[in-house]
Amino acid sequence: MKVLVPIKRVIDYNVKVRVKADKSDVDLANVKMAMNPFCEIAIEEAIRLKEAGKATEVVAVTIGDKSAQEQLRTALALGADSAIHIETEDKLDSLHVAKLLDKVIDEQQPDLVILGKQSIDADNNQTGQMLAALRGWPQGTFASKVELNDGKVNVTREVDGGLQTVALTLPAIVTTDLRLNEPRYASLPNIMKAKRKPLDVKNAADMGVDLTPRVQLVSVEEPSQRQGGVIVEDVATLVSKLKNEAKVVS
Amino acid sequence: MKSLVIAEHEYGQLKPETAKTVHAAAKVGADIDLLLIGEGLEAAAQEASTISGVSRVLVADSAEYAHQLAENCADLVVKLCADYSHIFASATTTGKNMMPRVAALLDKAQVSDIIDVIDAETFKRPIYAGNAIATVKSLESQHIITVRASAFDIAEQGGSAPIEAISDVIASSNSAFVSKEQTESERPELTAADVIISGGRGMQNGENFKLLEGIADKLGAAIGASRAAVDAGFVPNDMQVGQTGKIVAPNLYIAVGISGAIQHLAGMKDSKVIVAINKDPDAPIFQVADYGLVADLFEVLPELEAAL
Ligand SMILES: Cc1cc2nc3c(=O)[nH]c(=O)nc-3n(C[C@H](O)[C@H](O)[C@H](O)COP(=O)(O)OP(=O)(O)OC[C@H]3O[C@@H](n4cnc5c(N)ncnc54)[C@H](O)[C@@H]3O)c2cc1C
Ligand SMILES: Nc1ncnc2c1ncn2[C@@H]1O[C@H](COP(=O)(O)O)[C@@H](O)[C@H]1O
Repeated sequence: MKVLVPIKRVIDYNVKVRVKADKSDVDLANVKMAMNPFCEIAIEEAIRLKEAGKATEVVAVTIGDKSAQEQLRTALALGADSAIHIETEDKLDSLHVAKLLDKVIDEQQPDLVILGKQSIDADNNQTGQMLAALRGWPQGTFASKVELNDGKVNVTREVDGGLQTVALTLPAIVTTDLRLNEPRYASLPNIMKAKRKPLDVKNAADMGVDLTPRVQLVSVEEPSQRQGGVIVEDVATLVSKLKNEAKVVS
Repeated sequence: MKSLVIAEHEYGQLKPETAKTVHAAAKVGADIDLLLIGEGLEAAAQEASTISGVSRVLVADSAEYAHQLAENCADLVVKLCADYSHIFASATTTGKNMMPRVAALLDKAQVSDIIDVIDAETFKRPIYAGNAIATVKSLESQHIITVRASAFDIAEQGGSAPIEAISDVIASSNSAFVSKEQTESERPELTAADVIISGGRGMQNGENFKLLEGIADKLGAAIGASRAAVDAGFVPNDMQVGQTGKIVAPNLYIAVGISGAIQHLAGMKDSKVIVAINKDPDAPIFQVADYGLVADLFEVLPELEAAL
């Protein structure tokens, strides 16, 4: 059983991004970049499936500029068997990403695709569901538990009211939520080994997908900043302020 | 221009996100139809018909839709939506699950999580955990949109839209419901509450969340949590407030033992009044708090409960 894991290079989650002075976009120059945290969880899950003897092969794929190969090497160091880089300088909508991944699936024929539920830069939360639709496959989004058994996968999903479990026929799409697992760190020997693992590069423009933008970024602005408040001395002062000043407690 | 709004409902009841999403759709200015997909929807449909601004309430009521699985629900929406210029759903876990599927089947991009409507094609949405607000223009012929309900007021009552049954029943072939573990609570829902009190890692364990309950009882508040508190198993996952959990904007948000990471702030910084209780005077939560109390939560929570 082969597992495909699409991963994205994004701003490191600890970094607070700034808007460019001309408001054209956010400023990513010299900002620390990393693998999208939900993709780390996706890779970890695929590797655990392999370690448990349920999966035989894990392939990582990313779509982005040259620098994204850094995150593919990380995926290889974590335990992916091979990697595919689909190179493009373009800013893509999730639908484009899903269509390119659809082509990768044509070629790779995985039984399971595990994606992150959301990329922490665009915060779209779209790609996995779109890919499932393009293939006509079932989807288990926001997964906190994935159980594979002959031809089926049971996915426990984090939903607004609690947890929902669905049974999907393979091939299927899973997207990860935070509680699915705790990703490991890559060891130094594995980082060295990863340098020799196969990494295939393709050009996005050659894949037969129309990459014309569907959503235009008009401008980007800073969010409205909250006024710094006051530090109160004690509980009595706090309650009095909430009652008489803010008037949010009666 | 016509809009189709997919209603948010659970256990036969309409959820407040629906009327907020209708309000967002009303800002586009189009004629609005509301679609309910599920099972046992009579009461919810009646309630939906009173939302002001709704022209028709379409009801697809079938056992096949009981669990609102994305696969067949998306197929149904695609079947019904040809005449609509806009399709809206709330950015709840149900909407987030289904809408991108609808979009891809229609070969359209989606605009997620809008917080404002500029015109019929142009919307504002937060990106990078709300550290930037993007204005985006959908270049599609049909606009597929999810709405951050907390950013919109509830559309008014007073309508009396006709209710029409949708007879198409689409079965789900490759996906099946197995079970649901519902979080039981007598308290208001996080996304609907006027007051929220949330606990973080500083609470130390789930048992200590009882210290928040007494206060929540007095304030009629919902209880929330940080990711750290959920990850540690103190409380269930659906209590997580933040970038990747629930987005809330109550009148009063009280953060207890929460440091104020950007991912947490992304979910609550639009609250009207924020109170932070933390023993670390340098905790970033104080930068967004209207009222900060630097103290040990185990000392001040009982005092707070008594003072209310
Ligand atoms: C991809 C991703 C998504 C995420 N999504 C979310 C999200 O949606 N929501 C979210 O909340 N986080 C999210 N996070 C996690 C976030 O980065 C922080 O790790 C998390 O919010 C920290 O939770 P906390 O404030 O409870 O814990 P900590 O940061 O450990 O803070 C605990 C605080 O409690 C205080 N404290 C301890 N003891 C006491 C005491 N006795 N009295 C008073 N104060 C005390 C400490 O001073 C400290 O400030 C996400 C992270 C990632 C990478
Ligand atoms: N450029 C990309 N390359 C590879 N995978 C991606 C890319 N963009 C998104 N994904 C995958 O889709 C998930 C959800 O992203 P999004 O829909 O953008 O929020 C991510 O966690 C990745 O698994």
